[in-house]
This record gives sequence, C-alpha cells and structure tokens, in this order.
Amino acid sequence: MKSKYWLPAAISLTLLLGACGSTKERRDGVGVDDAATRTSEPYTDVIAPAPMGDAGYDAAAAAERSLTTNVVYFDFDESVIKPEYQNVVDAYARYLTANPTAKVRLEGHADERGTREYNIGLGERRGNAVESALRAKGVSGQQLSVISYGEERPAEAGHNEAAWAKNRRVQIVRQ
Amino acid sequence: MLAAVGTARADLEITVTGGDVGALPIAIVPFAQTAEVQLDLARVVENDLVRSGRFRALPRGDMLQKPVTPAAVDAGTWRAQGIDNVVVGQVVQSEAGYFARFFLVDSVSGRQILGFDIPARSLDQLRYVAHQIADLIYEKLLGLPGYFNTKIAYVSASGLGYQRSFQLIVADADGENPRVVATSREPLMSPAWSPDRKQLAYVGYERGRSAIYLHTLASGEVKRLISERGINGSPAFSPDGRYLALTLSFESNPDIYILDLRSGTRRRITDHYGIDTEPAWSPDGSKLVFTSDRGGQPQIYEVAAEGGDPRRVTFEGRQNLRASYSPDGRRLALVNYDGGRYRIGLLDLVAGDLRILSDGRLDESPSFAPGGAVVIYATQGAGGAELATVSVDGRVRQSLRQASGDVREPAWSPLIR
Repeated sequence: MKSKYWLPAAISLTLLLGACGSTKERRDGVGVDDAATRTSEPYTDVIAPAPMGDAGYDAAAAAERSLTTNVVYFDFDESVIKPEYQNVVDAYARYLTANPTAKVRLEGHADERGTREYNIGLGERRGNAVESALRAKGVSGQQLSVISYGEERPAEAGHNEAAWAKNRRVQIVRQ
Repeated sequence: MLAAVGTARADLEITVTGGDVGALPIAIVPFAQTAEVQLDLARVVENDLVRSGRFRALPRGDMLQKPVTPAAVDAGTWRAQGIDNVVVGQVVQSEAGYFARFFLVDSVSGRQILGFDIPARSLDQLRYVAHQIADLIYEKLLGLPGYFNTKIAYVSASGLGYQRSFQLIVADADGENPRVVATSREPLMSPAWSPDRKQLAYVGYERGRSAIYLHTLASGEVKRLISERGINGSPAFSPDGRYLALTLSFESNPDIYILDLRSGTRRRITDHYGIDTEPAWSPDGSKLVFTSDRGGQPQIYEVAAEGGDPRRVTFEGRQNLRASYSPDGRRLALVNYDGGRYRIGLLDLVAGDLRILSDGRLDESPSFAPGGAVVIYATQGAGGAELATVSVDGRVRQSLRQASGDVREPAWSPLIR
C-alpha cells in the first residue's frame, strides 16, 4: 500500500521527467535544476523606495487653497460657469488686468464619481472654462495656467451630494 | 503579540455568492508545524485557492481526519464528503532553515498526484512558500499557471488639505506585506507595471505640473519620462514593453498617444475634442481600448495601435469607463455606471453581453489578475476605500488586507514565466 506514495525527493525527479513541458517553464526553477529539493523563489525582487522629497510642494499655494472666495463650483459632469460664480471670475479679472505681472493657477477638480483619469480630463475642462472666461475679460494668457487634480484633492470628505458639490470646483491660486 | 496579529489576519472574510457551481472541492488539512511557525500555511493556501473562484474548500470543522502524510489519507472518508482532492503537509526545520513538505492526494483514485519539498531560508519566507504551494496545486488541477506569487501596486491617500499625503505601495497579491515605494504631498496616480515586472510607471505632480515617472523597483531610481503642459496621465506599457500608451493634452485636449520608450518619439493616436483617456493594450499589442466622451457620455472605444477610426464597443449603461482586456483578449473589465451606481462589469467582446461583477456604489479601477481568473478593483468599505477581488463568474469576492488610508488604483504585477 505504501508503495504508491513516493518520497518527496523521488517525486520531484519523477515530476521533472514526467512533466518537463510544464515544469521547465516555471520561472522559479521548480523542477528545473536540482532534483532533490525545489527552490521556491516566490518573488524576491528587491523593492526600493524612491528618494523622499517634495521639491515641488508649494506651501504658499497650499494656503491659498484654503480660501473660499477663490472658488468656482460646477454641476455634475459639467464645465459651464454658473451665473452665481461670475463675480469670482470678475474679481480675478480686475485683479489680473490691474496687475499685469501677477499670475494665477487655475486648479480644476472633480467629485469622486467616475474614474480617476477621466476626472483629470473633467478637471482640466473646468480649468479651461475659467481660463476662457478670464481671457474674455481681457486677462493675458501669460498670466494663467491650468492644472487638473481630478478627484485627488477633495475639499470635503464624504460620499454624498453635499460633499460632491464642494469638490466639483476650480480653485484660483495666486502664484 | 505577533500571534494576535496572525490571528486577526486570518479573519479576512471571503464572500461566496451564487453557489459552488464549477468550483473544485478540495480539503487543505492544517499542516503539522511547531509553535514557532506562527503562519498558518494551510490557511494561506486555502485563501489563495478559494479567492480564485475555482475552488471550494472543506471547512476545517468538517474534517473527519487530519492526516499529515499521504499514506495516512483515508481516501474513502474524503470521497464520502464529496472532496476530490486533499492537501496534507508539514513544516520541517532543516540546517538551511525550514522547508514545507506537502502532498496533493486524489481521493477518487487514492493516489498522490503532487509532492514537493519547498525550502525557506527564514520564517518570514514561509508565506511565499505557501503561495508557491497554491501555485503548484492550481497549475496541477486546472492546467493554468498559478498567479499567487505576484504583487499588487496601489495608491493610498490620507488627510485633507494641508495634511493630504499620497503613498505608492507594493504588496503581495493577497494584500500582505505592504511596502511604501514613493511618498508625496502631491497626488500619485495610475501605477502601471512593465511586463518584466521591474518597473512601475505612474503619475505624479511637481511644481504645479503633472508628469509620468518611471520607477525602477530594484534600485529605487526614478526617471521623469514626460511632463508636457496640461495632462500627463494613464500610462500603460505595451505587452512587449517597448511602448507606453498615455494621455496628453498639450496639443489641445486629452488624447491618446504612444511613446516609444527607446527612441523617445511619440505618436498621436486619437484627435478629438472630447476627453480621450485611460488607454489599455490588447494582449497581442495590436489594439487599444480607451474611454471617450465623444458621444456625450464616457464610453469605451477600440482603436488599432497604429491609429485609425475608433469603434465604440460599449452600449449598455449610461457610462462605461477604464476598460482593460482579459489575458485572452476576449473580454473587457470596466467600470459601468447605470445612473445610480458605479460597478465593475465584464464585457464579452465576442457575444457582446455585459455582466456586473461587483456590488458597490463607487467601485473603480478594475484590472485582471495574471491568468484572468479574478479581477481586482477598488471599492468603498466600512472604513474607507479598500481593494477587493472578484472571480470572473462574480461568485467569490474578497477584500484585501490594507494599510490605513483610502486605497485605490490596484495594478497586478505580471507573471514572469
């Protein structure tokens, strides 16, 4: 009865010879080389972290982001500037035309619904809408830049319409 | 203390719905192991196999015997319980460290059909040994390569406003052993593995611009590949590793491009005023699918990798986004929005039918595991966003262990064969 059970060392060799088609392709050398013991090499790839550092982090811009008077909000999946936010656009248009060396960054955002990269596209579309509105008021394109953060930087946590409405926005950040 | 952690980790719940049709019955008997081996190897093997949706495991409480060697397996006992395959094993100490000796016994014939000694140099390698055992069993019984010794990359974010920070993490395929590979106070997005598994491409932000970075995992070296004005997003390696499909908006608005990683030259694939993004390669490298709202709402389109006229492939649901091909190229995993919920769907490209796989409200970022048995995705759990897997028949779901913070955008490493 016991004869039908091989010892592991013998098994390995039998497997190797009997099924070399499938075993020899194994990346980790199972059944490939040494027949007595198999070397399991699960995934020993070295994983090294990137150097730390946030050279690009702008603390002044971060402070501007906490303002509430520099935000234009949007409807779901929309990039049309609603009439109630025209005053925000007008205020920045006055500031920028009066200060031709001043620059602002238009940071476009989306709520969490939809996929992340699609929302990057949507955020950019909203930033572009504010850029067009400012340029229509005579602001130079040199003073404006657009960046989209998609849904990556929500203003409000929460998974409901109240939070989403606060997150579909363009923040105007002085440079 | 460690034992307590080990116990907690064993509690990961696997949700099985819709019966066991098509799942192979198997019993994985607890391995004989000494107290210093805290990892429950048989449990790791069982979780791997069950999570694949291809196996149904006999609960330990129902086991009438707990053999350690194949000779001690009473085939008739297991057969009577409807179990076709029995796995027995032990962890043995050796001069070089440890090894796990396991056997797979066919309880119909009563014969041993697999037996291996798998060495581990240290205790912490035993987890990988268990995944290796699961791989060997999976391959032996299904004739498909096991994929349990792979990795997932994902992004974790925490905090709002000033406190917000992002981490790029690489963990084992079951979510264990998370390691932080990049940290930033600016968003990190869209990790994508190179086909040789040695590099990750991802999106980051620096000085008010986004960029696509190439991170070599062995050295930690990070190279900035591209940082045009506007969007630099959605990197996806071609199957041969030579090209990167990506989204750029510097020429007008988001369109799909292909970057030749050797020459640095790039080719524009789409040119439309809608948002075109989220490209993914077909397994043979001849086609791309991408998301576009050119028809009003975002839907999935397919285009030849050389360019040409895109063809819309999704029609069911208000929106369909972020598709990726199954390894056999016949199906797409995607995000389907029915007007109420965003859920993971599986579109059969041949038959045209769409099957919903997940049950969340804001599910996203689906991609296939190597071999295509399961899809990994991000979902809203009780404690924030978490990662989950679902078998392609929609039957077996499981949340994965995760570090704190909202996690998203899982990408499964390729299998190196």
